Amino acid sequence: MKTAHKKVLLIIPSKIIARGIESVLSELGEFRVEGILSDISHASEARLRNMDADVIIIDPAVYDYMSRMSGRARLAEYSGAAVVALRTIPMDDEQVKLYDGTISMYDDPVTIVRKLRESLASHEETPESEGHDLSQREKEILVCVAKGMLNKEIADYCNLSIHTVITHRKNITRKTGIKTVAGLTVYALLNNLIDSSSIEL
Amino acid sequence: MTTEMQRIVFSESMKLADLIDVNFKLLNVLSRLNISLGFGENTIKEVCERQGINLNSFLLICNIYTYDSYIPSAELLSGADPETIVEYLHNSHAFYLDKEFAGLERNLKDMVGPCDAMQKKIVAKFFADYKTQVENHFSYEESVVFPYVRALIEGGRQESYSIEQFEENHSNIDETLNDLKNIVMKYLPETCDTVLRNEVLYRIYRFEEDLLKHTVIEDSVLIPMVNKMEER
Repeated sequence: MKTAHKKVLLIIPSKIIARGIESVLSELGEFRVEGILSDISHASEARLRNMDADVIIIDPAVYDYMSRMSGRARLAEYSGAAVVALRTIPMDDEQVKLYDGTISMYDDPVTIVRKLRESLASHEETPESEGHDLSQREKEILVCVAKGMLNKEIADYCNLSIHTVITHRKNITRKTGIKTVAGLTVYALLNNLIDSSSIEL
Repeated sequence: MTTEMQRIVFSESMKLADLIDVNFKLLNVLSRLNISLGFGENTIKEVCERQGINLNSFLLICNIYTYDSYIPSAELLSGADPETIVEYLHNSHAFYLDKEFAGLERNLKDMVGPCDAMQKKIVAKFFADYKTQVENHFSYEESVVFPYVRALIEGGRQESYSIEQFEENHSNIDETLNDLKNIVMKYLPETCDTVLRNEVLYRIYRFEEDLLKHTVIEDSVLIPMVNKMEER
């Protein structure tokens, strides 16, 4: 029987580096590169969402300097995978913390696999909402969003930290594919999560 | 998607009919540049000359429209004229607002036919708000950006404005359209007819792609051109 490989998606602009990682991982088994994107473009988003990768290895050089901090957070909207940074450029501690792990181009293959495993393990410890359907908590928060409440108000109302509210909102968007408040309101109405009398139409 | 291997570089000696055969979506470009069908065996060059359209600008627009990763060469850019680009962008706006939105609105209305009154209202409101959002965005370009570029072409310069301030931000518009797509595909009640739903989806996908190319023309053709004129 075939053992299940962990699916890896590479987001690396350099084809040479991407092919190199692909070949290193294929020699060792366990992790297998299932997709390579050279940038974070509009068209890439759908593939990200679709691939259902376990690990994403990203070269932070795909982001320009300004979006480097927010870039990691945006990935979470499309994929629940562990995200590992490939250190091709200098990264400060704040940036490193955004990722589940980092690897260097000079790591030997065994170290890379070990680091990928560790990243996967540490990623799984953080609470991540599973499945494709909205959880009860997420529905509750969606209703608040649809009613026009701000994150701070939702946090107070549900007795959660703002950070947790933001995480829930990201999960809602990842699951439904809907990003705007207006869109979420339509979703809530069509699914009878709220009564049309409670919002202005 | 067209791969590198299949890439055909559009040239002035190509027949216009063959150009459309490579990418039928260029039909939109023709109508926005007031080129009517019925051009027989005429080449790109002949048609452009007859219509008074700058050839380089036309080729630029067609290339961007057809190839996802196309980057205009400096040569083509310097040979193109901003007036044609502005006219194209302006006519695209008019097309979106008059034709595209009217069509989408009609398709949406047909699609929600079997829904209850509340659901109809929800969808109609979402679309109306989206339309307003897009209209506001376009009206900024029409009332500030385009007049500024036209003045530059005439040789004048409004010191109070520079193209740097034209920070392209289509992201809200894109997100709302994407939300509409998800709603139509995933969350409308099953009573809605699938074929009518498909029509809406085809339209949204086409419109989305069109808007994307529109943005590329603004960002990688219009802005570099204006930067150059500002330097003079």
